[in-house]
Amino acid sequence: MSGNPLVRFDEGRVGRTLVSPSLLLYRETSRARARLPTCYHSRMGDSAFLPTSAAAIPATRVTSRPQHSALVRVTHWITTLCFLALLVTGVEILISHPRFYWGEAGNVLTPPLFKLPTPASRSSVPTGYGYVLPDQNGWSRYLHFQAAWVAVLTGLLYVISILFSGHLRRNLLPSQSDLSWRAISIGIVDHLRFKRPSEAEARSYNLLQRLTYLFVIFVLFPLVIWTGLAMSPAIASVFPAAVSVLGGQESARTIHFFVSVFLLLFLLIHIAMICLAGFGSRMRAMITGSAGTYKERP
Amino acid sequence: MSDVSRRKLIATGLAATAGASVLAVTARLARRYGLIPPDHGGLFGLGETLTYAAQRILTRHSMAREFSRSQISKAPFPNCEAPKEEAFQRLQAGGFADWRLAVDGMVARPASFSLAELKSYPSRSQITHLACEEGWSFIAEWTGVPLSHVLDLVGVLPQARYVVYFSIQRDWWDSVDMADALHPQTLLTYKMNGGELPVGHGGPLRLRVPRQLGYKSVKYITRLTVTDDLKRFGQGLGSASPEGGYAWYAGI
Repeated sequence: MSGNPLVRFDEGRVGRTLVSPSLLLYRETSRARARLPTCYHSRMGDSAFLPTSAAAIPATRVTSRPQHSALVRVTHWITTLCFLALLVTGVEILISHPRFYWGEAGNVLTPPLFKLPTPASRSSVPTGYGYVLPDQNGWSRYLHFQAAWVAVLTGLLYVISILFSGHLRRNLLPSQSDLSWRAISIGIVDHLRFKRPSEAEARSYNLLQRLTYLFVIFVLFPLVIWTGLAMSPAIASVFPAAVSVLGGQESARTIHFFVSVFLLLFLLIHIAMICLAGFGSRMRAMITGSAGTYKERP
Repeated sequence: MSDVSRRKLIATGLAATAGASVLAVTARLARRYGLIPPDHGGLFGLGETLTYAAQRILTRHSMAREFSRSQISKAPFPNCEAPKEEAFQRLQAGGFADWRLAVDGMVARPASFSLAELKSYPSRSQITHLACEEGWSFIAEWTGVPLSHVLDLVGVLPQARYVVYFSIQRDWWDSVDMADALHPQTLLTYKMNGGELPVGHGGPLRLRVPRQLGYKSVKYITRLTVTDDLKRFGQGLGSASPEGGYAWYAGI
């Protein structure tokens, strides 16, 4: 252990001057402490604070700490199920009137802002298609709102817990030094070149990943909830300003559609990146918590 | 078993017991304050109950947004043709002079009103939004007698919890709770944008419930029944909508 320049023992305590502060957050039991030099306990994000040579720490055993905490894993999959339900039912609701308007009101007798080139599930909508799709609006609306409730409650649980667990601060918020236009452009170029991250970098969320997750969690999700609620006549009666600042109820519906398109885009890129990073190990990490095959190089 | 896992087990057990008790008390309170919708059973009952309960608590006294005259839609979409029922066509031929609204159920004085009588009562006009659950909408001025005025005339019994309303079209009937029934903006509407209510928009008589989606504003109303139990109507789900797969409560 004396040969390791980064981790050393000092009367049972980790040397403060030599190890990244994030390591100190790790609550050690005496057994774990004894293992520390050989088994480097890394959580998602820890390596973001370490110099790249950290990957060279001698380690022989597979990491035992989960890469994703149980809460992150459970809320991730509940949100996934809800999002898929909301997506399918949203499309079903949409095809009963695939026209969009701006302002408070709009119907087939008023010119649309734009319309989608799909057939409709209502004969009253002029689509140019000679047929009408089956009406699935009833159960779609029931399921849409049920899934929305579960997603919103899960999201609240997630946001509150990451505020207190430090996951937000450690793993999602970019550090001050990382956050520069130069770093962002390097990240974009690396992504466009499909440059594979080093092992150490792969253990933590990169800058673009952090910014994207933050945007989805704190911009797109709140916006899709807000515009969804703004379409409710009952909610509009309690919070009229929530509708008027969006430009009206039909504007809220139009924005709801575009935010949903952005969320779908995020999902597709998210899946693509997982396939590039290794579908099996990423899925294992999000299901069991550990990537399984990941071993630190000696 | 180590100390930690025993402590964990006890804590989990306590949390589960507390959770179950909170759930039971919540359900009891929700039933008592009328926060459980009639279509609470089935696969989507949880979401439906949460929506109805949350919105009912929030909207008990809220007023639907009213708009300026300049915002009235130039082209309101009627979304239906005149009813094909022979009874309707006979009444229409007579200029709806014989149209009647029967009010029965849990009322002190069951009664039947002609259109002329309804029009003689204090009226209310409001410019409100009508949104269909499909996604389209229009704004119009609606004039009528508040449902609460008619309910006052017949004397609603204190145990009443819902008002069921029936269209001359047999497949159309619906119900609202007393919060919506007694709401000042819930109107038995007979005029639209200053003129007679067109047949396409529900003339001669439509119940407008502006804090809910368009399908709760049933057209061609002929009968109101005040009740404390929706189980006795149709399949017991509160209206024809859940029987066709749509939610009873349409606040969103």
